[in-house]
Amino acid sequence: MAGIRIDYLGMPLSLDELDGENLTFFNYCARHDFHLQKGPSGLMRYPPTTACPWTGERDHVWQRVEGRGAVYSYTEVHQAIQPAFRAFVPYMVLLVELDTQKGQPTADEGLRVMGNLCTADGKLAPPEMVRKVGIGSRVRMVFSDLAPGLSLPQWTLDETAPQPAKPWRYPQE
Amino acid sequence: MPAEIDTSSAKHLRGKYAIVGVGETSYSRGSGRTTRALATWAVGNAMRDAGLRADQVDGMLSYSSGDSTFAPFVAGDLGLRLDFYMDVFGGGSSTEALVGMAMGVIEAGMCKTVAIFRSMNGYSQVRIGGTGVRSAAPVVGDQLHGRAYGWQTAGQMFSFTFLRHMYEYGTTPEQVAMVKVIHSEHASNNPKAFYKQRVTVADVVNSKLICKPLHLLDCCVETDNATCIIVTRSERARDLKQRPALILGVAGRVSKPRMDMHYQHGPITRVAGHYAKDILWRNAGVGPEDIDVTGSYDAFTFTTMLQLEDYGFCKKGEGGHYVADGSMRLGGRRPNNTSGGHLCEGYTHGMNMVIENVRQLRGEADDNCPLGPDGKRRHSHDYREGGCRQVRDCELTANLGWAMPGTGSALVMARG
Repeated sequence: MAGIRIDYLGMPLSLDELDGENLTFFNYCARHDFHLQKGPSGLMRYPPTTACPWTGERDHVWQRVEGRGAVYSYTEVHQAIQPAFRAFVPYMVLLVELDTQKGQPTADEGLRVMGNLCTADGKLAPPEMVRKVGIGSRVRMVFSDLAPGLSLPQWTLDETAPQPAKPWRYPQE
Repeated sequence: MPAEIDTSSAKHLRGKYAIVGVGETSYSRGSGRTTRALATWAVGNAMRDAGLRADQVDGMLSYSSGDSTFAPFVAGDLGLRLDFYMDVFGGGSSTEALVGMAMGVIEAGMCKTVAIFRSMNGYSQVRIGGTGVRSAAPVVGDQLHGRAYGWQTAGQMFSFTFLRHMYEYGTTPEQVAMVKVIHSEHASNNPKAFYKQRVTVADVVNSKLICKPLHLLDCCVETDNATCIIVTRSERARDLKQRPALILGVAGRVSKPRMDMHYQHGPITRVAGHYAKDILWRNAGVGPEDIDVTGSYDAFTFTTMLQLEDYGFCKKGEGGHYVADGSMRLGGRRPNNTSGGHLCEGYTHGMNMVIENVRQLRGEADDNCPLGPDGKRRHSHDYREGGCRQVRDCELTANLGWAMPGTGSALVMARG
């Protein structure tokens, strides 16, 4: 597999050709298809790693995972540090706990997947959407297409899921 | 001490080593000097403080994130010939870990006295907050799972833990703001502090939002500085200038499972101190209730709170109450960061909090009270603005160092 060098929001991103696990992961994402590594124990892991963090097993298959879950925690950035994000404040970085493998292998664990809050077409969400989302919000995965072979998994509000009456948000707006 | 604390191990090292010298530069924005020059000043100051000559310091340790100088340069500038040195990669919580490593290399017979330094132009060169060169660096490899989302700085990366704590335990912005309020009170009695102005809860929660839940005043102050402590055998301290700060126990770079992806392993409000406490209190032979002064790392207001909880100074989830109830204030039950810490004195990656506790144990954490005929301060223990900083009868201190939610180190010292 060739490596990837691209520009996203004016920010250089690159994956080395040696980085097979990440290249495979992002290649699936480029097909809008979310796959994670699954080891012989049946446990999946995120993000891609050389071996299973719970069993140490290196053998794995790539398994399709449904991109649905609830916001577990987040930050809402008002002062962007990276120049690429200055035009998009406030932007949200979400930590989403997937419905798949929730509470495994221990009650306090799950597959917690990063991403920005986005519109359904994978653009960083406008402020009025940011204000609707908090801990507990139901979200579904969408993708930002950056280049052939590279899309970033992102999150948007799940219109089909029942939403909490009042997702928990930081008390100051 | 609670009965369940195992005090059976490491007793032979308890009190065998000591911090015998401390030194620093000023905390500025625009030092006008290289990190090599700053380090040379700080190590030189610590040697003078200890009363150590150049031929009496034969070991050196430093830590940095590629933004500092190297021990051999500093040693050369001070006329030292080293039998041991190592420059390690590391930020917060390295100080306490390197104290333990210094004990180890002396115990192994590799050298006798180790100077540990951290030098940074944290404002004027490589900004510790992540702006400037670090924010402009290309996003490579595994960073695509983080920095590509605008999730890069310490504040952004720790905020999942901070917000989840508020969600799970009802911790309020006003409670956490008290960390800054109290540290600013302490800094107002410390002429070395970069920010000496006392602030209120309203000042903190009305300051600019950086990334929720952090306001500008929840974040530490980037400065240029170098800091140094010197470790040797306690028996050597008898021939030196200062009353030693005896090292009772250390815990170094203790990590949560999956430290680099700490947010995968829950509960995410649990920080590394949860694991480090069992090593620290066992090695030191004391418990949190015995401690007179804490130095709980305040890269952010929240980090102070989270560590005090997980090291057992209060129950899990009650950190908001603990930091807001006045316990941490000079004159309170157990003052924290009496120099003003990272939030006010200056950010050092942890060293200034150890320096301050050494001074507390010596009875010399005071820059304002009148001098007596012996040249020592006559402590008023009046902690009003511009007043005393020395804690009454300070015998035991604990430093709780933070690298990130997933890694921490700690150190207990006793008055020698």
